[in-house]
Amino acid sequence: MGSILAINIKPYLALFRIRFTNSLQYRAAAFAGLVTQFSFGFMFILAFAAFYRTNPDAFPMTFQQTVSYIWLQQAFLALFFLWFYENSIFESIESGSIAYEMVRPMDLYSRWYSVTAANRISRTVLRCAPLLVVALLLPHPYRLVIPGDIVQLGLFFLSMVLSLGVVLSLSMLVYISAFYTVNGAGTRLIIAVMSDFLSGGIIPIPFFPGTVRLVVELLPFGSMQNMPLLIFSGHIYGVAALRGIGLQIFWIVVLIIIGRLWMSRALKRVITQGG
Amino acid sequence: MKLYAKFFMMHIKSQMQYKTSFAFTFVGQFFVAFTVFLGVYFLFLRFDAVDDFTYQEVLICFAVILLAFSLAEMIGRGFDRFPMLLGNGMFDRALVRPRNIVFQVLAGTIEFTRLGRALQAIVVFAYIIPTSGIVWTWDKILTLCLMVVCGSLLFFGLFLIYAAFSFFTVEGLEFMNIFTDGGREHGRLPFSVYGDNVLRFLTFVIPLALVQYYPLLYLLGREESMFYAFTPVISLLFLLPCYALFRLGLSRYKSTGS
Repeated sequence: MGSILAINIKPYLALFRIRFTNSLQYRAAAFAGLVTQFSFGFMFILAFAAFYRTNPDAFPMTFQQTVSYIWLQQAFLALFFLWFYENSIFESIESGSIAYEMVRPMDLYSRWYSVTAANRISRTVLRCAPLLVVALLLPHPYRLVIPGDIVQLGLFFLSMVLSLGVVLSLSMLVYISAFYTVNGAGTRLIIAVMSDFLSGGIIPIPFFPGTVRLVVELLPFGSMQNMPLLIFSGHIYGVAALRGIGLQIFWIVVLIIIGRLWMSRALKRVITQGG
Repeated sequence: MKLYAKFFMMHIKSQMQYKTSFAFTFVGQFFVAFTVFLGVYFLFLRFDAVDDFTYQEVLICFAVILLAFSLAEMIGRGFDRFPMLLGNGMFDRALVRPRNIVFQVLAGTIEFTRLGRALQAIVVFAYIIPTSGIVWTWDKILTLCLMVVCGSLLFFGLFLIYAAFSFFTVEGLEFMNIFTDGGREHGRLPFSVYGDNVLRFLTFVIPLALVQYYPLLYLLGREESMFYAFTPVISLLFLLPCYALFRLGLSRYKSTGS
């Protein structure tokens, strides 16, 4: 484990910075994205409001918690959703330009990890703040409510960073699989939509039926957006929150180990055509 | 029309050259729609109804909108990729040909993988048509067909607007997704559940409710007047401003020169 983590971090930070400033250039696109996400969030909330109106007793969380969940989900969309793949990675494998990357004195796994992290974070930074501000200013039942408890807020931030780690570690497996499949776009689409569903992207995990919910919560999908969003809204707190964070760390470590082992096996058998 | 049929066959042939790739993307598209269905299914395991619509009644909305959207996207994919056509100069080549420009963009791309989503809609139809409790007389069958066909044309009109805007700007077009993808996503529930303001907007501005909510009332026998059966036809008026906007954009078009 020690040797895996003991790498010079500087070049990866530099890569991160380049990608970050690069993405910050598209401001009009970011504004349009913001308006879109706001409208989607609002419609989702109105839909849940209709279900709540019809039968409030069947709601697994309070309406306020659901509202907060949806606003945060829209604000941090780019951070959590698996279908934001880094297409340049697939292209580099399919076109063979991966060979150039392999001669660089950088570890490929960490390189991909930092590039994808940068893209997700920069997209989120541009989009989240204005959306959160508007969501905080809305009238009562539709308002985003910040937890008053500072510990809860701290746990939320910790859990959010970790959930990005789980998302990245899992998507690394999808990138590595591209070494084995020449035409994997369809498979990647299936993996992305299923993971997004299981991670609570379409309806929050608490709305899943009993047994499905218990299983999904233990899988890596339950350690993605589900954890920080439920901690923020106050649905998970105290010891349960700490246990959730432990589970997140467990999945990150497991997924990174699998990813690294698989990557080194994949790279051994890579054959690049000349030309 | 004959020419379009020719292009149609050509696109089928070319996409069938890569059968596995086609199959996987087809299945992928199916799954995109399937997870949305699963979301609705899970919600209705918990709730028996939303407002006064039951599971079966909601699924009619889901299937109509999904089928309408996937057909529009399959045929009208050329407009969905319109900024790209402008950018790479393909559009300039189309302009010098002696054929209608809308026709050329339409014939340029037909995306059969989108039928994967349509398949999900058809599966749902196969389930609800016998179980919904609706007596399928001719007028109701006609209403259902009108909902799908006119809905499809409406989504197509939205794609046209998207293309029209891309004459003026290439940035920030994502906001059109509010109506295209948004219409598809939110159309899984009857539009009335989103409240009066949303319903009014979707009746008079972007008339998606005219192909979903109002004819649904007729299907369920909650409204007896034939007027409700033919609201989808009225929604087609929306295509006029769509086309006008597209012509306006076209008349202002300056090539990028590439």
